Amino acid sequence: MGKQSRLRILLNGLIKENPVLVLVLGTCPTLAVTTSVENGVGMGVSAMAVLVCSNIVISLLRNVIPDKVRIPCYIVVIAGFVTIVQLLLQAYVPALYASLGLFIPLIVVNCIILGRAEMFANKNTIFDSALDGIGMGLGFTFALFLMGSMRELLGNGTWLGIHVFDKFIPGMGIFNLAPGGFFSYAVIMAAVTYFAAKKGAK
Amino acid sequence: MLNSLIVIIISMVLVSNYPLAQFLGICPFLGVSKELDSAKGMGIAVTFVMVLATAATWPIMQVLSKFNLAYLQTVVFILVIAALVQLVEMFMKKSMPALYKSLGVFLPLITTNCAVLGVCIKNIDNNYNYIEALVNSFGAGLGFLLAMVIMAGVRSKLVDESRMPVSFRGVPITLVTAAILALSFMGFQGMVS
Repeated sequence: MGKQSRLRILLNGLIKENPVLVLVLGTCPTLAVTTSVENGVGMGVSAMAVLVCSNIVISLLRNVIPDKVRIPCYIVVIAGFVTIVQLLLQAYVPALYASLGLFIPLIVVNCIILGRAEMFANKNTIFDSALDGIGMGLGFTFALFLMGSMRELLGNGTWLGIHVFDKFIPGMGIFNLAPGGFFSYAVIMAAVTYFAAKKGAK
Repeated sequence: MLNSLIVIIISMVLVSNYPLAQFLGICPFLGVSKELDSAKGMGIAVTFVMVLATAATWPIMQVLSKFNLAYLQTVVFILVIAALVQLVEMFMKKSMPALYKSLGVFLPLITTNCAVLGVCIKNIDNNYNYIEALVNSFGAGLGFLLAMVIMAGVRSKLVDESRMPVSFRGVPITLVTAAILALSFMGFQGMVS
């Protein structure tokens, strides 16, 4: 495979097939942890680590795993890496671990990771699978970053903890709650569709 | 005892509804809520698997924590759930073909439904005893069913998309619907302290 197509694999997940904004996968963590930029990016990076590792291992084992039991095998591999990430976060970033809470073990059932294992890693070489993992992970992190920025700015008036306008205008608390999450997601997705259509028409 | 169980059910169904307030089980909530029948089927299947999974994982967790193996929770739980779903599917196919026909298609999807794994872990985190855990799972399932049915009802009125802005058609408008639904469910907050 040439350099050109390798780059395409990497960029594919970031924009054209962004897992969250275009494929609508991994919606639960997208909505749940994006009350602040920090949490969103933390979640994105954790999921990316799991995604890259599991893509590599599943790609390595793609000729060994029997076709009939492949899904349970993938789940075991993914769950193993999630446990590693969980323990690492608990040890080194306990604050993030506390605020992500339940959603760290739930990375196991993040459809992006299982989806990439099924759609990409079990058909492609190790290097390509790792690239795909990085691209998809970056796309996921980018989407969470956007969501987190919007919700933190509107909900608290801060961005990454920096005071932006919370001194003058109080934040709209609703953006930190469930309805604001759904609404921000809808607006961001509609914006992406809008710009994609505009670019396509040119 | 009975009182606290009723409180658990009400709070799980209305106050901390899984898809609408806790962001668990969003994928099927958005994906399978187009038609009322399939929404109902999915809701019932999820409730069933949630209760079964709790019945299986709660005792396992007691064993794990006895041997200081609590860190294996994630791996063991997801394996148990996956095996359980497969088992239920096989059992249903053989002995209840009518039920299998209506619920069977949803079963493989449930393994990766984060609400099921979520409720199992939450039961442990909240230190519920066995009965409370089972009731909690049942309540969570009922809440999921309720949200699915309401969502399907609303979405069946949204079929005509011709008057919406183009970029909002499809998933975004569904998300806006969910936002309004979540807003109305916030009215239940504070009902159970």
